[in-house]
Amino acid sequence: MTLDTRTTDPDVVLAVEDLHVEFVVEGRSHTAVRSASWELRRGEVLAVVGESGSGKSVSAMAVLGLLPRNARVTGHVRHGGRDLLTLAPRELRALRGAQISVVFQDPSAALDPVFTVGQQVVEVLRAHRPGMTRAEARARAVELFTLVDLPDPEARLRFYPHQLSGGQCQRVMIAMALACDPAVLIADEPTTALDVTVQQEVLDVLRALRGRVEASIVLITHDMGVVADLADRVVVMRHGEVVECAPVQELFDAPRAAYTRALLDAVPRRRPADARRAAAPAPGGTGAADRPVLLVEELVVEYRQRRGAVRAVDGVTLRVDRGEILALVGESGSGKSTIGRCALGLAPLTAGRVQVAGVQLGRDTPRAVRESRKRVGVVFQNPMASLNPRRTVADSVGEPLYVHSGLRGGALHARTGALLDSVELPGGWGGRYPHELSGGQRQRVAIARAIALDPELLIADEPTSALDVSVQATVLDLLADIQQRLGFACLFITHDLAVVGRLCDRVAVLAGGRLVEQGRLEQVLDAPADPYTRRLVAAAPVPDPREQARRRELRLAGAMA
Amino acid sequence: MTRFLTRRLVELVLVFLGVTFAIYAMVYALPGDPIRALGGDRPLSPAVVNELRDRFHLDEPLWQQYLRYLGGLFQGDLGTDFDGRSVTERMATRWPTTITLALTAWLIEIVVGVGLGILAGLRRGTWIDRSVLTLTIVATSIPVFVLAIVGQLFLGVRWDLLPIAGDSEGWPLAYLLPASVIAVYSLAALARLMRGSLVDVLQADFVRTLDAKGLTRTRVVGVHVMRNSLIPVITFLGMDLGFLLGGTIVVEGIFNLPGVGQLLFGAIRSHEGPTVVGVSTALILLFLVSSLVVDLVNSALDPRIRREEARS
Repeated sequence: MTLDTRTTDPDVVLAVEDLHVEFVVEGRSHTAVRSASWELRRGEVLAVVGESGSGKSVSAMAVLGLLPRNARVTGHVRHGGRDLLTLAPRELRALRGAQISVVFQDPSAALDPVFTVGQQVVEVLRAHRPGMTRAEARARAVELFTLVDLPDPEARLRFYPHQLSGGQCQRVMIAMALACDPAVLIADEPTTALDVTVQQEVLDVLRALRGRVEASIVLITHDMGVVADLADRVVVMRHGEVVECAPVQELFDAPRAAYTRALLDAVPRRRPADARRAAAPAPGGTGAADRPVLLVEELVVEYRQRRGAVRAVDGVTLRVDRGEILALVGESGSGKSTIGRCALGLAPLTAGRVQVAGVQLGRDTPRAVRESRKRVGVVFQNPMASLNPRRTVADSVGEPLYVHSGLRGGALHARTGALLDSVELPGGWGGRYPHELSGGQRQRVAIARAIALDPELLIADEPTSALDVSVQATVLDLLADIQQRLGFACLFITHDLAVVGRLCDRVAVLAGGRLVEQGRLEQVLDAPADPYTRRLVAAAPVPDPREQARRRELRLAGAMA
Repeated sequence: MTRFLTRRLVELVLVFLGVTFAIYAMVYALPGDPIRALGGDRPLSPAVVNELRDRFHLDEPLWQQYLRYLGGLFQGDLGTDFDGRSVTERMATRWPTTITLALTAWLIEIVVGVGLGILAGLRRGTWIDRSVLTLTIVATSIPVFVLAIVGQLFLGVRWDLLPIAGDSEGWPLAYLLPASVIAVYSLAALARLMRGSLVDVLQADFVRTLDAKGLTRTRVVGVHVMRNSLIPVITFLGMDLGFLLGGTIVVEGIFNLPGVGQLLFGAIRSHEGPTVVGVSTALILLFLVSSLVVDLVNSALDPRIRREEARS
């Protein structure tokens, strides 16, 4: 992608030219960004898209000199007739938060926990407008909180970050970033840490800023749905380089770079229904096949806290049959993971029944329950945390075999190798340690371990949400493939409806610990009966700018009415 | 807040009762007869022994004696020792010495410990950081009495900078060396805690936000980072005031300072039960009150702790 880098166009508010960033670690330098160039025009939303390690965040942080000390930055960043990379710390400081401000990813960690949000907004105003009185600054803060749709803005000033929800914290961050009427707002993954319905609210807030404030926005994201929703133009980065730069519609309609096409293809989409159905094994006529592999009836889980109990799961009934993948969908706090933990016997059963592979937890003998564990495999969200860092891949994968099947020596080695092979990892990698693998490879190891004992039930708790989209796609395909081959029942826990569409047969939607809707995939996603499901389906951004615009219109019209 | 305070006060009373009873029971169980010890080498006549036993209620069961003691305590009476002197009076002249000593040690600990910790934390990875770390390891590994005697030898005898022992020179000169000796151990731990806390907070996400807001480094570190990183440090300091008071017992002996510690040491050796219990009770009370004050200061610093309190 070549850009006219010597532009003096007054419409360009920020221009990154030939930016190089290197990090020096223990005397060796690693290039994070190479020769990146892009420009931000007045009033537009420019999305910088890429996967982890693409240099998208690094290049944006380089603009404000916010990189760690071991970073070496060369090139030019032009703003207001100056090159920001040549500014003295003092001049740069005057610019930060005033001319160019930033909204970060995790809003609850990005605010100082020991000061009220009001104090933190007032602080930035008083730092850049020395003439402003405390009262004026407070008035401005109220005005800003109103701008970002915080309810009861006056009272919110006195709240501490931990008293606000993630979405509200992010509104505070946006308000703080807009406090001094900046020319440029850099939003670094502003909605990635948020639930999908909250993400939509925050995206709506950002969208509504256009026309109301002067700021042009640099939106850094990995999510093509968010890009489609908000961006005017898109810069695609990979391995520190800009591979494509195009208006948003053009990018989605006719991506030029091969990588952009791959990235768009990797975004999880619905598979044709018959493709899935054909793959699923035909239900057998024998009695064993009729027995549900996982049966949850009227399940209630309460966690006792100092003041009363918190009901995490409230009267949920569901079943998963052999050869079927049931998606358990919900936002954070919906109780979806608790149900998974219950099936593993890791959460307290307050009331109701949980039956796994014919054994009833809490009712049958501990010995029978222990036996039933053999028939359940589990894959967790973060493979780095769920694999023992001090044991080799072969140790981790082979452990269930060692414990339950009594395999030793050559037999164990051979079976472990075969398992690694089945998750498409070279069998010779058994001697490696988790830190030597990439995120996707680690998750493959976790899957190999989960299927080691040929389980009847696989519980997958957000197995791909820590992975990049392109890696996510391959891991999902692998999981679908193995499931078809082995025919186990799968409880697939996720917050991501797009993933559900790619993989699952049936969907159960949870909200606040209750099951709001359950049914076949097409039925739930295409014609949701429950209002919450409808909201959830509508909130998940799809990688299609026209569709996103249509949905937003509908939503805003609905809000007006 | 009131609820939290009430709960803490109830806890305080329970701990107080439990610990004083434990000490009372231990002193009660000590071998040897304090009344016979009064007579020294000469045996006392059975009449006198019985008289004294009766006066000090030594024939009553443990619980009754303890209750009697508690009763006196609530009237501000810490009891009377077997030689007829009031424990309160015996301690009264000695408290100023001990408290001065403990507070001086505390002050040294705060200034030097927090100072070194901040220095090391802000200059992480430099020679300053490494020297502070080495220094703290050396400091922790030297026994208190070795440090005291070496200090006396060099600062007192060889260089004649500070008095060797006794409190005739008054504050601060007479107290500097003994207080430093008590402070060194905690000081090293405090310096490392401060450094670690500072390093953690400096890497927190919100510090990047503060930089992105265009605040000066002074404000980011001085106001935001400090307030966050001081929370564990203050908890430590509060607990430590109690340990410093305990540390005075040994050090007052070495430096011949007429404090409560010396009194306690002497009383344990000569079986003066009421004095032992009285001094311990006073020390426990000081310890409990200081930890309550720490909790209150911490909740002022950290709103998340305030919420926990509101819940409890």
